[in-house]
Amino acid sequence: MQLIACPWCGPREEVEFTYGGQAHVPYPDDPAALSDEQWAHYVFFRDNTKGRFAERWNHSAGCRRWFNAVRDTTSYRFQRVYRVDDPKPVTP
Amino acid sequence: MSTPFRTAEGGRIDRATTLQFTFDGRSLTGHPGDTLASALLASGQHQVATSIRLGRPRGISAAWAEDPGGLVQVEEPFPEPMLLASTVELFDGLVAHGLPGQGRLADVPDSARYDAVHHHVDVLVVGAGPAGLVAALGAARAGARVALVDEQSEAGGSLLSGTDRVDGVPALDWVADAVAELARHPEVLHLQRTTAFGVYDDGFVLALERRTDHLGAAAPRRVSRQRVWRIRARSIVVATGAHERPVVFADNDRPGIMLARAARTFLHRYGVLPGREAVVFTTNDSAYDAALDLARAGVQVQAVVDARPAGSPQRRAECERAGIRVLSGSVVTGTEGVERITSALVAPFTDGEVGAASVIPCDVLLVSGGWNPAVHLFSQARGRLRYDEVLGAFVPGEELDGLAVAGSAAGVLDLAGCLADGQRVVRAALSALAIVPAADDRLPSAPEPVVPAAPLVLWRVPDTSEAHARTQFVDLQRDATVADIARAVGAGLRSIEHVKRYTTIGTAHDQGKTSGVLTSGITAELLGIPVQDTGTTTFRPPYTPVAFAALAGRDRGRLFDPERVTALHDWHVAAGAVFEDVGQWKRPRYYPQPGEDMETAVLRECAAARTGVGIIDGSTLGKIDVQGPDAAVLLDRLYTNMMSSLKVGAVRYGVMCGVDGMVIDDGTVLRLAEDRFLVLTTTGGAAKVLDWMEEWVQTEWPDLRVHCTSVTEQWATFPVVGPRSRDVVGTLFPDVDVSTEAFPFMTWRDTALDGVPVRLARISFSGELAFEVHVSPWYAVAVWQRLLEAGRPYGITPYGTETMHVLRAEKGYPIIGQDTDGTVTPHDLGMAWAVSKKKPDFIGKRSFARPANQDPRRKQLVGLLPVDRHTLLPEGSQIVEFVADGELPPPPVPMLGHVTSSYRSAELARPFALALVKGGRERVGDTVHVPVNGTLVPVEVTGSVLVDPEGARRDG
Repeated sequence: MQLIACPWCGPREEVEFTYGGQAHVPYPDDPAALSDEQWAHYVFFRDNTKGRFAERWNHSAGCRRWFNAVRDTTSYRFQRVYRVDDPKPVTP
Repeated sequence: MSTPFRTAEGGRIDRATTLQFTFDGRSLTGHPGDTLASALLASGQHQVATSIRLGRPRGISAAWAEDPGGLVQVEEPFPEPMLLASTVELFDGLVAHGLPGQGRLADVPDSARYDAVHHHVDVLVVGAGPAGLVAALGAARAGARVALVDEQSEAGGSLLSGTDRVDGVPALDWVADAVAELARHPEVLHLQRTTAFGVYDDGFVLALERRTDHLGAAAPRRVSRQRVWRIRARSIVVATGAHERPVVFADNDRPGIMLARAARTFLHRYGVLPGREAVVFTTNDSAYDAALDLARAGVQVQAVVDARPAGSPQRRAECERAGIRVLSGSVVTGTEGVERITSALVAPFTDGEVGAASVIPCDVLLVSGGWNPAVHLFSQARGRLRYDEVLGAFVPGEELDGLAVAGSAAGVLDLAGCLADGQRVVRAALSALAIVPAADDRLPSAPEPVVPAAPLVLWRVPDTSEAHARTQFVDLQRDATVADIARAVGAGLRSIEHVKRYTTIGTAHDQGKTSGVLTSGITAELLGIPVQDTGTTTFRPPYTPVAFAALAGRDRGRLFDPERVTALHDWHVAAGAVFEDVGQWKRPRYYPQPGEDMETAVLRECAAARTGVGIIDGSTLGKIDVQGPDAAVLLDRLYTNMMSSLKVGAVRYGVMCGVDGMVIDDGTVLRLAEDRFLVLTTTGGAAKVLDWMEEWVQTEWPDLRVHCTSVTEQWATFPVVGPRSRDVVGTLFPDVDVSTEAFPFMTWRDTALDGVPVRLARISFSGELAFEVHVSPWYAVAVWQRLLEAGRPYGITPYGTETMHVLRAEKGYPIIGQDTDGTVTPHDLGMAWAVSKKKPDFIGKRSFARPANQDPRRKQLVGLLPVDRHTLLPEGSQIVEFVADGELPPPPVPMLGHVTSSYRSAELARPFALALVKGGRERVGDTVHVPVNGTLVPVEVTGSVLVDPEGARRDG
């Protein structure tokens, strides 16, 4: 069982966290202005990256805060964690 | 019972105490310190069972977990299958029998306790042999927080099997001093009888401690039988030693054939001779110790058969002094005997050619084909293995972060080397943790090792006979032979993983501890490729079998999942409620009176609520306190309808959707103040809705000044329901004007009862006049009882969730998650009225405009009335349509939808149902069919509101 470094609580057991999918998929500013296809991309489409992937995590059984993390989807290792209001890190 | 093979003295057993046990119906004796295996051997019994497929006699072939032969079932004190005679510690009253490969689970519940403990350390040392003890001492002396776990009953590891000396004293004296020193360090946890069986991410190790198994019936009941240690270690030192490897030859499975080290263990640790006449077959120097030790103990060592052309000149000299014949350049090609070996067939072995065999009588044959480092935990940590050509074994082939291997597990096979390696490895580990070794951390001394003659790597004795190949056993537990590997290779299999699955080698109880590497070697030989190219199969946890009961620990029975109860729980129990689980909540389902079944009780409860007054404990409803200047903005964005226009003092029903426009929850919202709302959710949706609010506030709208807090447990909630509810509430709360004019539907009022604050809300989940009474749970019982008292003149009737469901279904109120399934929009539920057209946006709005969400053929919530006025449609039933009158379309019959809720109605005097039906609202008035027990039941499609569709009753 992995340790995940919550930006607020430090390293905690993986079971305390829930996964929130791809990060940096903001709610559109004006959904009504989007075409059905554009809206469907927001609602249903997510990247399926092999390697480093920016994703959302919630320390749901801890401080209950959301944060973002870059994780390698092949090794499962977390590369870094950062706050939701931090900009998306540059990933190779 | 006699123990003719017990030595006169020596061993780690308590000879002053005699234990009685029964094996296969025979009464036998042993001593504390014995294992079942050593006690059986002391009585002269080698055979334990017969083999699973071929029924061949099998016996004890090793002294610990690597033994593939000694499978037993313990019957007393508690039935447990698939244990090894070599790892079952003897206790008085043990009853066991041999197992032909398969056990039998107990048919009575296990009354023992199992538990788990979390532990955090700087350094975890696995194995209390020489390397592990030095490592643990080094870490402890440096002040590190240490755990030392070892699977044996006492520390010492390989030292328990020999006559070594450390620091100039008998090795076990040094071990005792080391253990005593460790015990003096307050930050050291030292556990024996504890097997580290799995290594997981980030230094997480699971270890199983067998706390009372060895005590038998004397085990104190208050102590858990086994304990899972969940250890998080910053650094792990694996000092798990090495397993001796057999050599494969024909008929190598007879009882009496055992690993050479095992014989030394039985002799030195248990004071047991494995036989009277021994032959020792080896490819390396280590087995000579067994030959010499047994000879000294009085065993007639007939010959040491050394496969190496020149043998070991030095060990040969020792043997000659002891009068032991050494046959170098020779191999064992087969054995004779029925239930026990009676002789070994020994033949010259030159340049890979086997000559004519001669017969050497013996009752025990000791075998050593070299050593396999116990790399299991390293491999579980995804460490790559490397084949060491000199050792003829797989050893750790890379450095891992946070896990290092020391001693024999790393391929170091001499005592002095193991001691030094333990210190080297732990110092590297400490250094990585920035912990400085203590100045007085001294390396214990051991005699300078004699450089052994190079071992020979021999996986199997060459044999051209196909018949012999079928008795050249590789995996004794699976009865799998060299012939099976040849067949796998002949079938074109190249990967060792495929060979494993084709032959089943390594898939039994022992997970291939002795057979795995042999299979790699023999497969490589058959394929004509180097062993390193075949590699090994993957090592996975658990290292040794772990009982499910141990893994479950305390999380079984009532403790499997937390139970949530309301403040009124004891009252419900006393009232004879039948409970149902709603999530983790225990909720009264109905309150049967004497002679009532659920159906009659629910009909009675329904009638009371529709014609008089009923009361239900609704405390499990989710409650979220939403506070802040932007509270209304948040709710406007999350609910489909407008919440910001709600007046303080008023209540509004709301629906919540996901971004896909599908309903995720519903409930009522009370505006408590301009900047404060109380959101009521479904019982099951409470946590989800709070999570949902938090997710949006934190990730999308951090600018909103709003806080959301669960107050589910802070409010007990009792809906008082029915035409007489006004009388009841008015009586108990005379300060409140309960008239419709003063207290209209969908409003709330604060009041007090004897100084206790109470909130009343005119909310109805039944269509009847109803008042929700909210009060602190500290006063829940008192207020509930006061309501019952006030309601007695009106026949107030407590009702449960079943009646609540009937009442709400009669009104067509859906239960989110029962009548919906994540593909249902508010419009599908007929709730377009709850979807704001004014708000520019809210979660889900954009999806309503998607063509798929506007398709008139979408499934819609409707009512169903069985035409026969009698059949109760099972929930989940499919709904079908006839093409012609009385004729089904050809299969597969298209399904129109399914029944989501179905009850008997006292009000309607017939059963009814809610259903999701394709284009359902268009079908109102149609007859469709529902298959029930093979019969097609005609049902009429109706609107979803079956009782009081005009809503005339809500004001009483």
